[in-house]
Amino acid sequence: MTGFVLPMWAEISVAALVLAGAGLALLGSFGLLRLPTFFERVHAPAIIATLGCWCVMWGMVLFFSLRQGELAVFPLLIAVFIAITVPIPTIFLMRASLFRARQMGQDVPPSVSRVVPPGVKDS
Amino acid sequence: MNPILSWALPLALCMLALAMLCTMIRLIKGPSAQDRVLALDCMYMNGMLAMLMLGLIDGSSHYFEAALLIALLGFVGTTAMAKFLLRGEVIE
Repeated sequence: MTGFVLPMWAEISVAALVLAGAGLALLGSFGLLRLPTFFERVHAPAIIATLGCWCVMWGMVLFFSLRQGELAVFPLLIAVFIAITVPIPTIFLMRASLFRARQMGQDVPPSVSRVVPPGVKDS
Repeated sequence: MNPILSWALPLALCMLALAMLCTMIRLIKGPSAQDRVLALDCMYMNGMLAMLMLGLIDGSSHYFEAALLIALLGFVGTTAMAKFLLRGEVIE
C-alpha cells in the first residue's frame, strides 16, 4: 500500500459505485433465496451480471485511472465478457428446467417446436 | 488509505460475503438440481466481485487476472452442468 491519496470527489464516486454494485449483488442473491419457484428465481441473479457488475467495474476504472495517471480500461474486459456469456447458461438452465418439468408431468407451457404427436391432426 | 474508501471497501466486501451466504443457503436447500446450479452460478459471480474488492483494497491490479479466470471457468462450468441437466451428457 503506497501513500497515494485520491481527490475527495473521486473517493466519494468510487465508494458510491462500489457500494451500489455490492448492494445490487446482495439484492440479487437475496432474491435468489426468497423467490418461491425456479422460474421466478432464475431472473434474480441477472441484476448481478448487469448493473452490479458494471457499477463495480466503473468504480475500478475510476480508481485505477487516477492511481496510474492514465486511462485504465482493463476492468471493463470482465464486464463485457460477463455481459456476453451470462445469458447462455441461463437459457440452457431454463430449457433444462422446462424439459425436466415436462418429463415429470408438471403444469408448464407446451413446447413451441412443430413436432406433432402421432394421432393428432395438425391444423 | 483514504478515510472514505477505507470504510466503503470493507463494507462492500461484507455485503458480498452476505450475498454469498444467501446463495450458499439456496445451494444447500435448493429443491431441484437446477436450483443448485443456478446458486453456484450466482456464487461464482459474487466471488469474482469479492476478488475485485480485495484488489481495490490492496490497490494492486493483480487480483484482476484471478477474477477473469473465475469468470471464465464459472461460465464453462455452469454451461456444462446445464447441458448435463438437459441431455444427460455433456459432449455427445
